[in-house]
Amino acid sequence: MLLIPCPWCGPRDEPEFTYGGEPAVRPGPAADISDAQWGGYLYMRGNDKGPHREIWCHSFGCGQWFVLERDTVTHAIFSARKP
Amino acid sequence: MRYSSLSLLRQGLTGHASWPAAWRSPALAQSYDAVIIGGGGHGLAAAYYLAKLHGLKRVAVLEKGWLGGGNTGRNTTIVRSNYFFPESVALYDFALRLYEGLSEELNFNIMLSQRGMINLAHSDHDMEVMTRAVNAMLINGIDVELLDPAQVRAELPLANFSPGARYPIHGGYVQRRGGIARHDAVAWGFARAADALGVDIVQNCEVLGFLIENGLVTGLETSRGRVSAGAVGMSPSGHSGVLAAKAGFRLPITSYALQAMVSEPVKPVLHTVAASWATGMYVSQSDKGELVFGAGLDLYPSYAQRGNLPTTQAIVAAVLEIFPAFRRLKMLRQWAGIVDVPWDYSPILGPSPVGNLYLNCGWGTGGFKATPAGGWLLAHAVATGRHHPISAPFDLARFDSAALIDEAAGAGIAH
Repeated sequence: MLLIPCPWCGPRDEPEFTYGGEPAVRPGPAADISDAQWGGYLYMRGNDKGPHREIWCHSFGCGQWFVLERDTVTHAIFSARKP
Repeated sequence: MRYSSLSLLRQGLTGHASWPAAWRSPALAQSYDAVIIGGGGHGLAAAYYLAKLHGLKRVAVLEKGWLGGGNTGRNTTIVRSNYFFPESVALYDFALRLYEGLSEELNFNIMLSQRGMINLAHSDHDMEVMTRAVNAMLINGIDVELLDPAQVRAELPLANFSPGARYPIHGGYVQRRGGIARHDAVAWGFARAADALGVDIVQNCEVLGFLIENGLVTGLETSRGRVSAGAVGMSPSGHSGVLAAKAGFRLPITSYALQAMVSEPVKPVLHTVAASWATGMYVSQSDKGELVFGAGLDLYPSYAQRGNLPTTQAIVAAVLEIFPAFRRLKMLRQWAGIVDVPWDYSPILGPSPVGNLYLNCGWGTGGFKATPAGGWLLAHAVATGRHHPISAPFDLARFDSAALIDEAAGAGIAH
C-alpha cells in the first residue's frame, strides 16, 4: 500500500488516487509539428527505472492533480507538489 | 539425449542418477552472428528458430538472471487466440498453432492442455458486445462459440448463478482450443532444443550498453564483457524501456506490475479456464490442483516484482464474486511480473530506430500465449532484416501514423 502525500489533503491511502501519466508539454504550434513529433508526445514514455516524475489525481479525495516524484523500483516517494 | 519412454525406463532403472544436463553453460564468446537479449520463452524461442529455420551457427542468448525467471515463470499459463482485430488473430493464432506442435518439435512435454477458455457476460449489453466479438473472431477463422446461461452453467457449475449475484451470468463464449501450458517447460524446452543446435545460453549476463557505429549496432557491453554481434534481437519484456534508453530511443510503453496467485491444491473443481471481463478475473486449475488466478494491473509504473495489497484484494474479491465456493481456500503464493504495456495493448515487433537491432517487446499482460510466435517472428527479423507479413502491422512506426491496433478496446483485455 502506497501512502501518498496529497499536497492539499496530506497522506492518504493508494486506492484514493489515480495515476495520470508522465508530465509532458504539448508541442506546438500544430502546423510546425511532424507526425513523428506528435506521435512522440502522445505515445512515447520515459518509463524510467528508479526515480520517476509522474502526475497523479486525488480522485476519491479533493480531485486535484499534482506532481509526484517516486522510485519505480522501491516505490519510495520523494516529493509531491502542486502543479 | 532424446527424451522417450525408453530413456525414462533406462534412467529409472539406475535411480535417475545419470540424466545429462539439459543445456550447457558456456562462457560468452567474443563474437556471434546474432545475439538475443532476454532468456525468457520469447528470447529462447528466437534463438531456437534462428538456428533451426535460418541456419545461423553462432547465436547467443544473454539473460541477466536465470532462464525463464521473469514473466515466463510469472504468468498464469493461459494460451488462446480469441482476439478482435485480424492482425491480432493472425499473430496469436500462429502462436497457438505452433504451441499445438511444440511438445513434439522440441522433444519436451510442455503439458499443453487445450481445455477451453470461457469468457463470461454479465449483462445483456455485455452479451451484445460479446456476440459482436464472436462474429469478428468467426470471420477471422477462430473457433469460438457463444454459450447461453444453461451452457455456461453446465461447464462452470461452481460459478455464481444465485439470484442475488452482483455480476449475474447472462452467457458467455468459449474457445475450445484455448487452455493452459506448463510455462517453465516452454522456456526449458526451447532452451534445450536451442542448445542442441549450438546456441550459447549465457545466464547472469546483463546488457549494460549497446555499441553503435553510424546508426548500426555492432555489439554489446555486458556484465561479462564486450561481445560483437552481426545483429541483435531484444526480448526483454518489462525492461524494454530500460534497454531502449540504453540504445538511445524511447518506446510507447509503460511498465506495470501484474499480480498472480495460487490457492492451496484441491481435487478437480474447474476443468476449463474461466474469465470475466467485467471483474477482470481469470482462473484455471493447475495439474497440481492449485487454482491459478489473476486480474487487473497495479495501475502505476513499477519495476518491483511484487504487487500491492489493494490490487491483491480486488483480485481475490473478483474471483470470489464469480466462484463463491472458493472463499474457504487458503492462498499459497502471490507474486508479480513486470509487464511492458504499449499504448494500444499490442506488441511492438520488427526493426528499431537503430540498424541491426530488432524488437520483440510490448507484449504487456499477454506475452506467454504468444511465446513461440514472438520468437519465430524475431528470428525472422534478425535473420532477414525484414518484417514477416504477420509482424508488419506491429511495427513501431504505427505510433507515428496512429495506425494503432487497439486490443484494449477491441478484445476487451481485462487489464
